Amino acid sequence: MSLSAGSKPQDGGLRRQLPEPVVVIEARHGWRELGLAELWSHRELMFFFVWRDLKVRYRQTVFGASWAVIQPVLLMLVFTATVGRLPGVGPAGIPYPLFAFAGLVPWTLFASSLTGASNSMVNSAGIITKVYFPRLLLPFAAVGSFLIDFLIAMVVLGLLMLYFGVVPSIAVVWLPLFTLFALVTAVGVGTWLAAINVRYRDVKYVVPFLIQTWMFASPVIYATSLIPTEWQWLYALNPMTGVLEGFRWALIGGPRPDELILVSAAASVLVFASSLVYFRRTEQTFADVI
Amino acid sequence: MTNIAIQATGLSKRYTIGVQRDPYGRLTEVLWSSLTSPFNRKRAKQHRDEFWALRDVSFDVPRGSVMGIIGRNGAGKSTLLKILSRITEPTLGRAELRGRVGSLLEVGTGFHPELSGRENVLLSGAILGMKRTEIVRKFDEIVAFADIGQFIDTPVKRYSSGMQVRLGFAVAAFLEPEILFIDEVLAVGDAEFQKKCLGKMSEIGESGRTIVFVSHSMPAILRLCNRAILLDHGGVVVDGPTLEVVRRYLESGPGRTSSREWTDPASAPGDDVARLKSVRVVSADGGPPEEIDIRRPIDIEVEYWTKAPGDLRPSVNLHFYNDEGVCLFINNDWNDRQWWSASRRPGLVRAVCHIPGNFLAEGRVVVTAVVSTYNPTIVHAIEREAVAFVVVDRTEGDGVRGVLANEFPGVVRPMLDWHVEQVSETVAGRG
Repeated sequence: MSLSAGSKPQDGGLRRQLPEPVVVIEARHGWRELGLAELWSHRELMFFFVWRDLKVRYRQTVFGASWAVIQPVLLMLVFTATVGRLPGVGPAGIPYPLFAFAGLVPWTLFASSLTGASNSMVNSAGIITKVYFPRLLLPFAAVGSFLIDFLIAMVVLGLLMLYFGVVPSIAVVWLPLFTLFALVTAVGVGTWLAAINVRYRDVKYVVPFLIQTWMFASPVIYATSLIPTEWQWLYALNPMTGVLEGFRWALIGGPRPDELILVSAAASVLVFASSLVYFRRTEQTFADVI
Repeated sequence: MTNIAIQATGLSKRYTIGVQRDPYGRLTEVLWSSLTSPFNRKRAKQHRDEFWALRDVSFDVPRGSVMGIIGRNGAGKSTLLKILSRITEPTLGRAELRGRVGSLLEVGTGFHPELSGRENVLLSGAILGMKRTEIVRKFDEIVAFADIGQFIDTPVKRYSSGMQVRLGFAVAAFLEPEILFIDEVLAVGDAEFQKKCLGKMSEIGESGRTIVFVSHSMPAILRLCNRAILLDHGGVVVDGPTLEVVRRYLESGPGRTSSREWTDPASAPGDDVARLKSVRVVSADGGPPEEIDIRRPIDIEVEYWTKAPGDLRPSVNLHFYNDEGVCLFINNDWNDRQWWSASRRPGLVRAVCHIPGNFLAEGRVVVTAVVSTYNPTIVHAIEREAVAFVVVDRTEGDGVRGVLANEFPGVVRPMLDWHVEQVSETVAGRG
């Protein structure tokens, strides 16, 4: 069992021919680059996190992945039986159950992604203090598994459309874009909260309340037309207004969203970008205080 | 391409103790203080206690060498390793690592209890930095090394702790970074498996990788490392050939002290179940505890805080060593049968081990204090070489030695009962 003082690694093997990576460790203060290239190089690990979440989420449950459908369906029934009976809640010509469900499906994606992302750092405290990887992977990966839930719920939404005889127009090509905006908003807000959660566990109590309030402040179970016109610009600052209006329009028709959707999109991008900057700025202390 | 794999210059790390004590800050406090004194941030900061876990640490590690880091609890070893493996950032200083870096600060990093052994190998491998194709290629070897057989598809939560450790180490053993940081991972697992891991690690050493290795096990350090640094209070004390550094470590002080006390439960050795408060040598006759008359009894008194729920039964055990590092004996507080079967509550516990007079040999005795729970065996708090004392024999005739002044060998010197009698007054065969 002799040791190998000073013996150099064998040259040979393909990977030795790559330029040798040099890692520099030093105290960095203030703003820093986002490190998106490094994030990209760790994409495989991100998929592993998503895969783990999917594997673990419905273990030891009776209904398994059908939970992805049960919740929005039950909510849809409840809202149809209550709010749906009020006049003018949904747009004319679209059955209320379909209207509500087409709002609840993207909303559920947003709400669960936001919750998952905001808890992602604290839930992974064990590995954050033991191994290095770009920490931003965690809030991003937390969203992935809910995308699968979303796809399952989309199948049910499709069946519901079939039942009501609603056929999507060509506008359906915009659907992925609005879904993406739901995710960008969820990751943005979630990343903000994840970084704050490391230091202040109050976040845990804020998130459920935030989501509940946010839902009633967004056109999930009622149409935007209910909001007085002079306040619509303010309403559009809520990124989810644009997402939900656009999502519904793309899938089941109804009024075409106006320019205010650009305000929503801009708000969404702003939240997302600022969250990355804030996360990177506070990241250095995560392992010390988590 | 330079021949230095790791170059550290002036690495320092400052912790704010206030933050450590109350890791979960309260938003209201921050909001309130920024409302009441918005411009006072700087001053408020200075009031908190600061603590340098690492101070101006510099060293170079040549490519392909194995360097050990030794030092007592709280010397800064783990902080240094955390900085080098990029888990936390230094407050000051800089380090350059040339080559792909891997770190092994825990066995079974990223294991999820709900997932099967197979799934956890993939997950843990990926978290430790392996590519998927690499893990798949080595999968059979990893499972064979872990020796867990048909349990590979069983959820890890149903594994024994030994199996979890074996699987965790097996994954790590197949990492192929050019620079590897390892923290005290050999402290876990059974003796046979430890040997297997040491073997695997020296293979890693032979393959030309650079390794930095933290351990309390001097035999392991001596066997694996060709160089070592000794840390104390966050600074480098010696940096040189392993044997020299280990010798310095052993000399420097299996505590010259007969009494240790930790006032702050947050930084005392231990975990959530048990933390040491004090370890003391108490001389029965009230004399100086550093120097014990061989004929007099002494007490070793251990106090610890516990947060353990009633079903966990922390137990103090003491390990006694002589100056040559020979373990004289180990003793456990379950010898107090009444305590052992008593119902336990969180709080402060004092355990006193009574050592009779005329039992120990002359010379220095070094005591390691441990608080563990059993089934499975988990060490919650350990302070190696916590206290020490010297046993002296004044040779006044009533000790084991009697009045004999020459060398009197043996690691203990118990006064045993003898019975001697005259059987007859004739000598056999002589009539």
